[in-house]
Amino acid sequence: MAAAGRSWGRYPVTTEKVVALSDRHASLPKSDVPVLPLGNARSYGDSCLNDGGVLLAARGLDHFIAFDPASGTLTCEAGVLFSEILDLAVPQGWFLPVTPGTRFVTVGGAIANDVHGKNHHRAGTFGHHVLAFELLRTDGTRLRCTPTENAEWFAATVGGLGLTGVVTWAAIQLRRIAGPWMSAENHRFGNLSEFFELSRASDRDYEYTVSWIDCVASGKALGRGLFSRANHAPASPDSRPAAGNRTLGVPFTPPISLINPLSLRAFNQLYYHRQRKSVVHATTHYQPFFYPLDSIANWNRIYGPRGFLQYQCVVPPEAAETAMAELVSTISAGGAGSFLAVLKQFGDKPSPGMLSFPRPGATLALDFPNGGAPTLALLDRLDAIVDGVGGAVYPAKDARMSGAHFRRYFPQWEAFSRFVDPGISSSFWRRVTE
Amino acid sequence: MQRVLIIGATSAIAEATARIYAERGSRLHLVARSADRLKTITEDLRIRGAAEIGHGSLDVNDVSAHAAVLDAAWADLGDVDVVLIAHGTLPDQKACEASVETALAEFATNATSTIALLTLISNRMQQARRGSIAVISSVAGDRGRSSNYLYGSAKAAVSAFLSGLRQRMARHGVDVITIKPGFVDTPMTREFKKGALWAKPEAIASGIVKAVDKGRSVAYLPWFWFGIMTIIRSIPEFLFKRLSL
Repeated sequence: MAAAGRSWGRYPVTTEKVVALSDRHASLPKSDVPVLPLGNARSYGDSCLNDGGVLLAARGLDHFIAFDPASGTLTCEAGVLFSEILDLAVPQGWFLPVTPGTRFVTVGGAIANDVHGKNHHRAGTFGHHVLAFELLRTDGTRLRCTPTENAEWFAATVGGLGLTGVVTWAAIQLRRIAGPWMSAENHRFGNLSEFFELSRASDRDYEYTVSWIDCVASGKALGRGLFSRANHAPASPDSRPAAGNRTLGVPFTPPISLINPLSLRAFNQLYYHRQRKSVVHATTHYQPFFYPLDSIANWNRIYGPRGFLQYQCVVPPEAAETAMAELVSTISAGGAGSFLAVLKQFGDKPSPGMLSFPRPGATLALDFPNGGAPTLALLDRLDAIVDGVGGAVYPAKDARMSGAHFRRYFPQWEAFSRFVDPGISSSFWRRVTE
Repeated sequence: MQRVLIIGATSAIAEATARIYAERGSRLHLVARSADRLKTITEDLRIRGAAEIGHGSLDVNDVSAHAAVLDAAWADLGDVDVVLIAHGTLPDQKACEASVETALAEFATNATSTIALLTLISNRMQQARRGSIAVISSVAGDRGRSSNYLYGSAKAAVSAFLSGLRQRMARHGVDVITIKPGFVDTPMTREFKKGALWAKPEAIASGIVKAVDKGRSVAYLPWFWFGIMTIIRSIPEFLFKRLSL
């Protein structure tokens, strides 16, 4: 079936043939054009697209294989969603070791992008908790990979954007929890240096830290925002019912983006002032804490038919404060900023993958409605700042970075390319290497 | 704890239904042709919470093997609360027009085998005087259409058989539920372009479990197919024969 391929950013739009995988023991379908394994298509740009090629839709590989409730090790097929793991594990006292901001990603996708979460400063990336997986190459070879067995293949595949083969199953180590509750604090901060201070003071005692910043504010309020820090609560504080499942949705794509300078200014102003006190403590269920946007189905549609571009970069620690100030003022001056500007300090744990994005420093993520050339020009200006201080941009969220930038951000790309399966390619890979 | 027998357990709708029963902690007995596939599904359902799972291997067209497989299922489960019959194929209509053999083989898979299984199952359930028998028929059985009337006629036979069986079993305290899914996005329909009317197997599965729980007679899934099929059934034949559906 030929279908218009769309990633979560709904940009770019590509055409590919979709072939569903449903049996992990079966060999891969033969193809004359390049194939690319696809999880739940939650990558934002073109790293999960393969224009003119085949997408091997792996969501059908959705079986659990083994779970040991005593040790918290889970083996499952690569198309299993994080949401399914949570449904299984949380009632038995286990949690994902690392989770991104949506639970609708597959295990295979989490490996391919070596995803990170609010606990990066403690737990590192998802790849750090992968005990083993099977890599199926298009020539039919199956490799069992662990950090010590076929270790090079392990390092290439973790963060390898699906290019080294299809991950059919994986074993991961879950994290013990006492219950589904989080004890969280929100601190309002007035500018970027307050953020860095709060972050330094929090990273030792809090497992999860993340900030929202107001990317419209400028001048003295540049980089003001809300700092959130949390730990898993020791035990269920009471018997409140679990958070309900999704209640809202965006049923169709509006003809134009609902995100514009006016709505953006109003939202940022209101959100910054949503708490009257500068510090608020709360016990909340893990779902709204980790996945606030998962409760709004298809929220990506609010950006209209042209979609949006997400931009996530990391800048090294020594340059973090000045580079962040420069990035935020560039965005603020453009007036094109986003609802969801997220700022976090990464920890020092070296990432396990050759193309893993996380590295020591501060990371900033934003989305911009796709306004065509001016948006792309703004992102190029941001790239110049990031590149100038030796930072990097996250491929999972990218639809436009130049090949020259990619190769500087990921100096191991050439060593990595030896592991790319000759039958596999993606729109992203062709864009940054050809 | 419910004891559930599923025939055609590797179909996408059956597997999604089995997951709901597993999460409820039910006891399951799964029957399908592929033993390898059953093994994958069994491991998964066990982790999802199924109390115990037995399985049997069966080619539904081997009617002489039905009794032994059902004996084994009853022996395994002790007693059966819910039977779901879910096996089926989507025949290539053009191939069925070209070959008598293909047409009859497809009819056997989608209708004759189901009728054979139901004959044995209903006698067992009648003795127990309780339980539910749910069978996946199709909206396609409501009216034959040129694009897939072999499939439609097989499902029509199943639907009519179930309607009669329901009357008979009502006197014995056994529910007979005709499940009529519309378009479902499964491996069986992978070649089709999917539009707004297409449902996921998980949605159909939750409709099946609800229909069984409530003892419904006929369940169109999703519900709006009842409206669509009412309109399609009401088109007069002189007009209908000119339509391409």
